[in-house]
Amino acid sequence: MDIKLQQVSYAYAKGTPFEKYALFDVNVAITSGTYQAIIGHTGSGKSTILQHFNGLLKPSKGQVHIGDRIIEADKKAKELKPIRQKVGIVFQFPEHQLFEETVLKDIMFGPMNFGIPKEEAERRARELVQLVGLPEEVLEKSPFDLSGGQMRRVAIAGVLAMEPEVLVLDEPTAGLDPRGQKEIMDMFYTLHKERGLTTILVTHSMEDAARYADEIVIMHEGRSVMTGTPRELFNDTEALKQYRLELPRIVKFQRRIEKMLGIKLPKVCLTEEELAAEVALVVKGREQT
Amino acid sequence: MMEKMIFGRYIPGDSFVHRLDPRSKLLFVFAFIVIVFLANNTITYVLLLAFTIGVILLSRIRLYFLINGLKPVIFLMIFTFLIHILFTREGTVLIDWGFLKVYEEGLKQGIFISIRFLVLVFMTSVLTLTTSPISITDGVETLLGPFKKVKLPVHELALMMSISLRFIPTLMDETDKIMKAQMARGSDLSAGSLKDRLKAVVPLLVPLFVSAFKRAEDLATAMEVRGYRGGEGRTRYRQLKWDVSDTLAIASLVVMAVLLVYFRN
Amino acid sequence: MTEILSFNQVTFSYTPEVPEVRNAVEDVTFTVNEGEWVAIVGHNGSGKSTLAKLMSGLLFPNNGEVRIMRDVLTEENLWEMRSHIGMVFQNPDNQFVGATVQDDVAFSLENNGVPYKEMVERVHQSLQQVKMEKFLDHEPHHLSGGQKQRVAIAGALAMQPKILILDEATSMLDPLGREEVLQTVQSLREKTGLTVLSITHDLEEAMLADHVLFMNEGKKYAEGTPEKIFALGDKLVDLGLDLPFAMKMTKLLQAQGVQLVGQHITEEELVNDLWTSNFNK
Repeated sequence: MDIKLQQVSYAYAKGTPFEKYALFDVNVAITSGTYQAIIGHTGSGKSTILQHFNGLLKPSKGQVHIGDRIIEADKKAKELKPIRQKVGIVFQFPEHQLFEETVLKDIMFGPMNFGIPKEEAERRARELVQLVGLPEEVLEKSPFDLSGGQMRRVAIAGVLAMEPEVLVLDEPTAGLDPRGQKEIMDMFYTLHKERGLTTILVTHSMEDAARYADEIVIMHEGRSVMTGTPRELFNDTEALKQYRLELPRIVKFQRRIEKMLGIKLPKVCLTEEELAAEVALVVKGREQT
Repeated sequence: MMEKMIFGRYIPGDSFVHRLDPRSKLLFVFAFIVIVFLANNTITYVLLLAFTIGVILLSRIRLYFLINGLKPVIFLMIFTFLIHILFTREGTVLIDWGFLKVYEEGLKQGIFISIRFLVLVFMTSVLTLTTSPISITDGVETLLGPFKKVKLPVHELALMMSISLRFIPTLMDETDKIMKAQMARGSDLSAGSLKDRLKAVVPLLVPLFVSAFKRAEDLATAMEVRGYRGGEGRTRYRQLKWDVSDTLAIASLVVMAVLLVYFRN
Repeated sequence: MTEILSFNQVTFSYTPEVPEVRNAVEDVTFTVNEGEWVAIVGHNGSGKSTLAKLMSGLLFPNNGEVRIMRDVLTEENLWEMRSHIGMVFQNPDNQFVGATVQDDVAFSLENNGVPYKEMVERVHQSLQQVKMEKFLDHEPHHLSGGQKQRVAIAGALAMQPKILILDEATSMLDPLGREEVLQTVQSLREKTGLTVLSITHDLEEAMLADHVLFMNEGKKYAEGTPEKIFALGDKLVDLGLDLPFAMKMTKLLQAQGVQLVGQHITEEELVNDLWTSNFNK
């Protein structure tokens, strides 16, 4: 499902003396099936954008296209439920949304709200709890008896259970330890590939954006200021600096090697593996001459 | 979420009224509420109105905020106005439509009662609009100080109030976030029967309570580690200062009271 | 070297009546000396948060003893000992007591009965130390996470503690906030020689320390300089942590057949080795 924001502005407390614009004229186009990253610092407007993807917020100006639906300013948006089923959002610290007596019921909450029969919802819950890396026994436990990391996984399963076509992730690994972070990010990437999902990752981690995203939008003070593939964006160090963003560590390191060795690698490397391979090529090339 | 709460919200500023000691403002408003009831004829009501307008001008509060403060009571105001107009049968008849007669005295009483509402709402709004909640807490704590002798836990009450105030924005944000998260999972708070709606509140309330308790626990730990063990032996960082202007404010109210007594019927 | 804080064979269980459940902390011994920066690392659930509660007297050991300034921490001297330690917790929102920045910094001073005049001085001074003096009257919900944590540090500094304990103080912050807090701590150390103990799962943070304590399943798994700890290599990954960036790179390069001498923890070393082993021939 394609998602497109056209000249979207959004103001909090519109029409009061406290009116404050959080988005100005934002343009974002996300093609079905891509892995899109939205990067920016706290206060850049990235969490406001994300609430436009399933109609939680309605633009103050401009249009939001979600599949063939259009949500625009000045028009009442009716029947948002079908949109919300197709666009699942994993909010930051999603474990805060857990409320049911058992993990099973909590995972079933989403699908059942959308009219999925109980048996089917339960089937999904049983399948997903394993997918997110938890033993089946937790289904009967209270979510509040689990560890923080486990609760996070249950909450993610609860969103996946709606079987959305578009998955929006807001800093999904915040506060987890390194192993947990890697496991969760890899899981989302596998899902993205296997189920052909459209994935939108809202993050301040340049590393995650470099590793996973097909395309990146950079947000700065409520505007979408740069768009491009990771390789394109990370080539432009100066522009990034202007938005107080750093290069991903791997790209910084590549620059350092290039400077030290007086070489220029043919491409910007986005993962450690890629860089190692490129450097190896150069070294072997030297040995042969 | 916070943005919707305009009524009673503190609007920072540097006017004469803003700079007054919270104690004098609190005393002022309480005394004002009492003397309002002294007014009972045209001249006294005009005096009250003029006095209120004077205070509003001194506070340099935008009219917008005061009008907003009226919203919750506007219905009550109109209702009592109508009651007086319709049911008072004294003085000359002003309008006579057969089934409906409006007497002069009725109109007068209706207007008086509306002015009374107006000045009460405006004065209390001026208090909350020009005094930060934490200053009000300080003021209340000091004014209630003497009641410590009769074992009223004044310090604890004030601390409770200030911590609640401190966490209101945090919890409002939290509510907003949880609501959005559940809406994204298809929960609908605005549709269906009353029973459905009540059921839809559960996914909101449970996480909110869980989080509030977690916060309370964390906060208690942080407070304990930072050496908090009750009010005993504590010193105060917030010092209140009674100025000449505070004395003047109270004096103006005394003058007002004297005038009202003098001119009332 | 003056000892500031030490654990001597400390064991603690949340459920001492159920022997099957493993102890949250088992037989842990270590010492923090004046002026040191010690990091305690481990994945979530390795017992590091329990250590923090034991050193602040929120919990008392079932066995062994915790010493602060060489005195054993007991129920009796608890309040006095607490005035020697400053603690910053994980969630920036849940430790902000005051209505404004300056009220919050003054909180522990008020609790300890510091006279008004001295309070004002100390509040301003501590806020200057964390570069937050311009925010005196700001309310917490108008501050960023990093700023709130800096205020929390100022609140701790106001009591002029012997040791600053950071209990996962950066784990909920964004990269800018984390940078902000770590820089603040580093500059404090340079200026005042403050003793710091940080509990973290962030390896970059641990690399700043003089001494690292690696916790696993409630036990002290290893202890030493960051170099020594990171030399454990894959063992770190197995126990839920990550490898420092330079080490990961070293391994990948070696796997690709690039010649390198040994393991490297800093980028500097790696780049130099890459140069001398392959280009400077």
